[in-house]
Amino acid sequence: MVKEIERAGIPVVHIATVVPISLTIGANRIVPAVGIPYPLGDPNLGEDKSKKIRRELVELALKALMTPVEEQTVFEK
Amino acid sequence: MSKTIIVHYINNFFAGAGGEEAAGMAPELREGAVGPGLALAEAFGEEYEIAATVICGDNYFGEHMEEATERILKLIRPYGPQLFIAGPAFNAGRYGVACGTIARAVEEQFHIPVLTGMYEENPGADMFRRDLIIIKTKNSAAGMRQAVRKMAAAGEKLAKGGEILGPEEEGYLERGIRVNYFHEKRGSERAVDLLVRKMRGEECTTEYPMPVFDRVPPLPPVDDVSKVKIAVVTSGGIVPQGNPDHIESSSATKYGIYSIKGMDHMDKADFMTIHGGYDRAFVTEDPDLVVPLDVLREMESEGVIGGLADYFITTTGTGTSTGNARGFGRDFVKKLLDDNIGAVILTST
Repeated sequence: MVKEIERAGIPVVHIATVVPISLTIGANRIVPAVGIPYPLGDPNLGEDKSKKIRRELVELALKALMTPVEEQTVFEK
Repeated sequence: MSKTIIVHYINNFFAGAGGEEAAGMAPELREGAVGPGLALAEAFGEEYEIAATVICGDNYFGEHMEEATERILKLIRPYGPQLFIAGPAFNAGRYGVACGTIARAVEEQFHIPVLTGMYEENPGADMFRRDLIIIKTKNSAAGMRQAVRKMAAAGEKLAKGGEILGPEEEGYLERGIRVNYFHEKRGSERAVDLLVRKMRGEECTTEYPMPVFDRVPPLPPVDDVSKVKIAVVTSGGIVPQGNPDHIESSSATKYGIYSIKGMDHMDKADFMTIHGGYDRAFVTEDPDLVVPLDVLREMESEGVIGGLADYFITTTGTGTSTGNARGFGRDFVKKLLDDNIGAVILTST
């Protein structure tokens, strides 16, 4: 799906829990997510902290969308 | 004993009817074997007869596909073929596409076995390898002798209803079909054998080749996300409560587009997860963990992003074939483009 979105001309960022899969299928802008059962946040830390993590991840994703890349790039925090 | 009737399809060039200048030639029928058909007839032997050969220019076929197919089907019907062979086309692209198209049409129309041959990189190979037995050939007619031998062997099996073994054994292009069978050794033993062979530096062939993924060059970045509308797509299986469209919890065959209009977060009263590949407990409590609507709404009101689509797009990623996923993507991008979506955040569990 990521590739078809990009092929259609819409920049896309993949927030993915399993980065190697994202790299294998061919996403170009990748943001590693937190964990498989909770990709955007961490409910174990309580709602506020979980949401803060989510906000930071989405901010990183937006930054990735605005960053020129020549090849597959993983945006670490 | 009556002979097995074969009809053969070749292009103008292999029929000796001229080269590129004759590529516009309309379908014609000749009695008996022509060109490579003579070698095929010899390889098939006494029990088989190439009763007729259809010849068509590659350009003619390419430019009038439907009409040419119809005409060719009409030409060969009176012969009542029991086996149809097209080519081999080697690396000739237009010829390969013609061979695949006509072979598939014959199979559908007459319900008889069909066979063609191509070089692996012939564009016709990727188009038809899933539907047809395509014998793997060299990239030029220099490989004719080998191609003919393999095609005759496979053709004989097909005509007699014999079991077609794997692509390696029979020499055809892999079709992406997996056939279950009982192996005399169990999987663990075979895995260890394979590992030992690998460690010894001996030849080791995987039992499960990974698919080859294509690549899309990265797009230039978004100038300013505060000026564009963003959409969320997910493979995390978030759906409205009750899963109205019955999206599968694994190996999905469909996706859904669901409204988030007027919502400031993903409420667990409205949404659930049906994903069969992860522990759903956390996301069931808070679907924002997969579709980050709460923070995107904040960013929207703060002007960090230009806007948010009124919907999100969703499916289940686990077990879903890359073919299906590609199909979903090709389908929903039309909507994203129509709605002037400037960037997508795709989340995966």
